Amino acid sequence: MDALYRDYILDHYKNPRNFGTLDPHDLEWHDHNPLCGDELGVHLVVEDGKVVDLRFHGQGCAISQAAASIASEELVGMDVEEVGRLGADWVIELLGIEISPTRRKCALLSLKVMRGATTGDASWPE
Amino acid sequence: MGVVAHRSLVDARADFPVLGREINGHSLVYLDSAATSQKPRQVIEAMESFYSTSYGTVHRGVYELGREATDAFEGARERIASFVNWDTDCSIYVRNATEAINLVAYAWGREHVSAGDEVLITEMEHHSNIVPWQLLCEETGARLRYLSVSGEGELSLDELDSVLAEGRVRLVAVTHVSNVLGTVNPVQEIVRRARAAGAVSLVDGAQAVPQMPVDLRAIDADFYAWTGHKALGPTVGMLHGRRELLKEMRPFLGGGHMISRVEREHSTWNELPWKFEAGTSAVAEAVGLGAAVDYLSAIGMEQVRAHERDLTTYALERLPELDGLTLYGPPNVDSRGGVVAFAIEGIHPHDIAEICDREAVCVRAGHHCAQPLMRLLGVGATARASFHVYNTRDDVDRLVHALSGAREVFGL
Repeated sequence: MDALYRDYILDHYKNPRNFGTLDPHDLEWHDHNPLCGDELGVHLVVEDGKVVDLRFHGQGCAISQAAASIASEELVGMDVEEVGRLGADWVIELLGIEISPTRRKCALLSLKVMRGATTGDASWPE
Repeated sequence: MGVVAHRSLVDARADFPVLGREINGHSLVYLDSAATSQKPRQVIEAMESFYSTSYGTVHRGVYELGREATDAFEGARERIASFVNWDTDCSIYVRNATEAINLVAYAWGREHVSAGDEVLITEMEHHSNIVPWQLLCEETGARLRYLSVSGEGELSLDELDSVLAEGRVRLVAVTHVSNVLGTVNPVQEIVRRARAAGAVSLVDGAQAVPQMPVDLRAIDADFYAWTGHKALGPTVGMLHGRRELLKEMRPFLGGGHMISRVEREHSTWNELPWKFEAGTSAVAEAVGLGAAVDYLSAIGMEQVRAHERDLTTYALERLPELDGLTLYGPPNVDSRGGVVAFAIEGIHPHDIAEICDREAVCVRAGHHCAQPLMRLLGVGATARASFHVYNTRDDVDRLVHALSGAREVFGL
């Protein structure tokens, strides 16, 4: 089996979970990776301080799309405040593959977008 | 520094030390020369020898080293200017093509472009030939306009004529060869029409000078910018300009070497080309670029062009063997240079490049600093293979092999 493009990574890339748009939504953010031009946006529905539904939308490589898809399954039900505190390791561990420095931003784009939507902070997660 | 006898391109591969490298157990296949080219030992040795024997300050040293360094620096300028058939004193060393274009936008643009004027560029420009004009237009209130690119990746001279006929265009800035589509634009004709309409012209030759014969007197642009690092040389750029314009232009950067005399309140400027070369230049890099144009001249630019044309033809023939592959740019190799951008359905370009790298095949993935063009093509990114003298048809075969491996990884 391929060390990077594992079956579950390719499955999430080809059949991304929670992709699309949500209208109405409570929070949103849109961002891109300046290195490759990939774009990702998110719509969130929030009730009582918790994420109750979300949809990512945009285009990107297998790593960035799979990261968004895998993360989306964990993010539903999480406190908005907790989402804002998530660090880079959280999403990299979820991905379960070794991420080289050149692919790090691919892996982190979805978390960056979630952080933006929940805190307004547009910096890259560390 | 003498001109070497005519060399065949088969021998050329042996001149590039980096091609001896193995990566992941595979011999290197370098297909990213449109981003930056590899260097022959003749260039590396020229710089090493200059640093080892003749390095010193240029135009100031009274001592032997200063004289030798000045001769090497100015001698290189002379050979570089003659390589593209332009006057030596109107050939300015800059950092890269980007700086050359910024120099014109700053020193010419700010004096001659004002509110109500238009700057005309095209949808196939690199960011380096977009952003300096955006900044100029924001500052002056001028309008930035784009000539459209057809489905086959070409510009329309009729559209150029109709925009020029409106009478507001002050400057036309266009790329000679597209870094994504490979399109070779009819720059001579574009320059002629711009001049007839009273507009100044700038041609971005970053992708042209490295791979085809370029005769600046024939093109006759007011400004022509290119860079050495894509032309087998080090990172130093060139701006060639029309003497009348360069003479009346204000300087770009102020400082040492660009002055004639400095008073407490004002200064007067050095002669051309030094008026535009503030501070200490990249001297060894200039010497290296001199060696690079000697090297290219020894091969012959007609032969370099024929070689790139052959590889492009072969790539355009072989790549479509892969299912789901889309090619961008003109289908006719006569109107395109040695660059092939492509996409494979179901695999993002970033993943294509990652998997190619496992077999030591270096291709570029991304927006190629041409985001407006990417939007026009309806993609965020493409993969791109580009060639130079050291590439062979085997390299194209290795690329096709790696791409078919990528399709397997993705279960396609």
